[in-house]
Amino acid sequence: MYDYLQSNFSHDSSPPFQGVPKTFSRVVDLCSFDPQREGVPPITFLQQVLAVCFYPELLSDENFALDVRQRARRLIQSCEGSSVGCYTPSSGLVYIQHRIAEFITRRDAGVPTDAHSIFICSGFWRTLTMMTKLLSSSEGEPQNGVLVPLPYPHTLAMVLGLAGIRSVPYRLREDTGWAMDLEELQRAIRTARGCCRPMAIFISNPGNPTGHVQNRKSIEEVIKFAAAEKLFLLVNEVDQHSVHGSGIQWVSYKKVLFDMGPKYWEGVQMASFHSLSNGLMGECGLRAGYMELVNVDKEVMIFAETLLNMDISSPVPGQLALDILLNPPQPSEPSYDLYTQVVEQEILTNLATLTENALRAHDFLNSLPGMSCQPAVGGFYVYPRVDLPAEVLERAKAAGVEADVLYCQELLEEQGVCVGAGSENGNTGGEYHLRLDPSSNTPTRKHAHTQTDRHMCHFLMEIKH
Amino acid sequence: MSQHRLVNPLVRNIRALKRGALVRQAVRIEEEIKQGMKKPYNEVIDVSRDNPHATGMKPMSFSRQVIASCIYPELIDSDKMPLDVRERAKTLLECIGGSVGCYSDTIGIPIMRDSVSDFLTRRDEGVPSASGNIFITHGSDHVPTLMQDSGVLTPVPSQDFGNALVASGATAVPYYLDGQQGWRLHTEELQRALRSAREVCDPIALYVINPGDPTGHVQSRESMEEIIRFVYEEKLLLFANEDHQDILIGEGCMFISYKKVLAEMGSPFSDAVELASIHSASKGFMGEGGLHGGYLELVNFDPSVQIEFDRLISLLGLPIIGQLALEVMLNPLQPGEPSYEQYQEEIQHIRETLVHNVTRAFEVLDSLPGISCEPINGGASMFPRLHLPHIAIHQAKEEEKLPDFFYCSRLLEQTGLCVCPGSDLGLPEGTYHIRLCIMTSVDTMEEVLRRLGKFHKQFMKDFS
Repeated sequence: MYDYLQSNFSHDSSPPFQGVPKTFSRVVDLCSFDPQREGVPPITFLQQVLAVCFYPELLSDENFALDVRQRARRLIQSCEGSSVGCYTPSSGLVYIQHRIAEFITRRDAGVPTDAHSIFICSGFWRTLTMMTKLLSSSEGEPQNGVLVPLPYPHTLAMVLGLAGIRSVPYRLREDTGWAMDLEELQRAIRTARGCCRPMAIFISNPGNPTGHVQNRKSIEEVIKFAAAEKLFLLVNEVDQHSVHGSGIQWVSYKKVLFDMGPKYWEGVQMASFHSLSNGLMGECGLRAGYMELVNVDKEVMIFAETLLNMDISSPVPGQLALDILLNPPQPSEPSYDLYTQVVEQEILTNLATLTENALRAHDFLNSLPGMSCQPAVGGFYVYPRVDLPAEVLERAKAAGVEADVLYCQELLEEQGVCVGAGSENGNTGGEYHLRLDPSSNTPTRKHAHTQTDRHMCHFLMEIKH
Repeated sequence: MSQHRLVNPLVRNIRALKRGALVRQAVRIEEEIKQGMKKPYNEVIDVSRDNPHATGMKPMSFSRQVIASCIYPELIDSDKMPLDVRERAKTLLECIGGSVGCYSDTIGIPIMRDSVSDFLTRRDEGVPSASGNIFITHGSDHVPTLMQDSGVLTPVPSQDFGNALVASGATAVPYYLDGQQGWRLHTEELQRALRSAREVCDPIALYVINPGDPTGHVQSRESMEEIIRFVYEEKLLLFANEDHQDILIGEGCMFISYKKVLAEMGSPFSDAVELASIHSASKGFMGEGGLHGGYLELVNFDPSVQIEFDRLISLLGLPIIGQLALEVMLNPLQPGEPSYEQYQEEIQHIRETLVHNVTRAFEVLDSLPGISCEPINGGASMFPRLHLPHIAIHQAKEEEKLPDFFYCSRLLEQTGLCVCPGSDLGLPEGTYHIRLCIMTSVDTMEEVLRRLGKFHKQFMKDFS
């Protein structure tokens, strides 16, 4: 479905269907997330440093602040041949691995990080694909399995499918804001053992698409569960910078693991993922992210490196951007003010807007007939449930699509608004959801929300006739 | 608990490349130098892979200026940059949505794909190219394949492509290039390889590299026509890596694309042979391997296959900057534009440097016993053959090392020069080669040849 939408309406400026009169002049995409296309400004410090890295003649240009030039010089030196065009070692530039390790240790209040266990990759999905390939079985053996949350990020199914891994869902509890449920995990593992060889559990924190942020107690429960069942933890933490619910604190799985003491810290194996594409900076086009492996054999890490060597290591500009975004200018440095200005005035404002929008979306959606929505306190989606009448289900069945997909298709064709169908996030047997991104405050999106309202009412009224 | 069992057997089967061990050795040596350990050399020179900017070549000024201006658009408004740089950056920036941080379409930004198809139509003197058949990629080293569970005839010697196939579940079936005849392809050898392939797998494709890497061989039109007839008769896909098409070294050598040859052969070949060709900004005069910009063109492929391919690469996420590098490479400056002369000079300089390096390298090799090399007409590598004395081979086996790796490891330790052992490139036991990148500055090449010459003479003496 996502492909259908994406292929028919790639961006706002694409023309509507030929020949069919439309009530809208352009499509508003509320389900895919490209912050800079929506007007979130890029960070000047990042742009300047990268530009100088690409064209080192600018190192002598005093129009660039001293710390810009110093940072660029350091980064250029960290590249082979002092050029951003050179191939790097397959797990990334050594200097950047160290800088990422510094960031993680700072973030987690001193938990030690080994730079050699950092693998820089071209975005989260590629890295996950590589890890799953590593962990998958070959033909003939019992199929390896991974416990996945339901709902799950919509690209996950394809990634696991490609790697030949069986995914066994554990349901998140919608009525508690999509929290994890230990009993449900236990039920899932029992089911899994009946049909495959479960070896890992995949978690999104903040949740995608749910927007749930786990508290420490919940994380501890999951870690204990994984330890008891000997499961490898695959933890998607790419949205860690966008926690917007008030009073909500995000803590990393690694920190919690460390705080649980040697019994767990020395035994539980984990891969955690972070990426540049998410977060309010949204540098999707630079393609960089990293994976940190904890308690994984050196031997296995060499395999990971081998796979990376022939898969896609991160392009150099993205690696450099990781350094800049994870280790921004400090208060004593010349670019600090400009950086903070951009971050505070633009990006944090957007965070505030996101909070507001998420609340407003939540209230608004709850006010619509047939919709109910849990609060989203992290990430970039709201994920309302929509109760579709029986006629709609029948029509969908006749058309050979899921009912929420039909809804989304009609919303797109009639109102020019693109939202995601919840069935892409896993089949919840008769319950339907939509996936919307409320992150931007542009007038177009406000308008789109109104359109969704009109459409919903219109849809339901149509059914009544 | 041993985690070895966790690892996918397919992955465990990937050949461990000796180059990795050499790189680790080089890192150790560099650490020792940093800590003040005395060595007969001050630094490691790594020519084991094609990484031109690491060996003294300079990036193209125009492309770097354009990319820097796209990254930091304020440069477009300043007069620091020449006018043509600013204009190109402005146009490109508009097409990519105003920032290099935006998402790219999964198969590449439309204007990029148009640029590629325009370039191809120009290059192939009118053979049409449709942007619908163009896919932007991360560069020729990272082409996703649909070839799982199938066999691909793969040239030996070649870069570790075989490994990439194995990792995706395909079988790489070797066909041996002729090391006595300039590394050309023989159809008889292809037929032999195909017969043996059919006993173990379902071979569906033939992979060719032209200009050859690391062999330096540039195929003649006749040879290419033979290949096309072969794939037509055997109903194989033809997968052509043409990454080194930009710079030829051999006098009078010409590059023709497989697409052009195919088109000019006419029916039934031109309608039936399924051809996939790749190129990138990683090699040639750009040398921007770290930016990940390349393209793939499909000819005569079933539309349903193209759709499958589209879905497969939709997970990839293409970097914008790589596409910018590609665009500048394929859409060069015109005479009269402010940066044109400098651009042409830079390309000319690279060409001349390569020709000079090859000449010097042959001079040095001809003076050394026990080492010989086929002529180099293209590409960026040299692939000399080592005629190792028996004693050396015996010593290598005592140390449980492949003989060419044994040679490379000693070369690195004693002279700080890192080259790639031929066994990494698929060559069977019994012949020994080394591969070195010749896309280096003149001074670097002198130093490389000095170290290699000195070491080799001593080695041959020590093991005679």
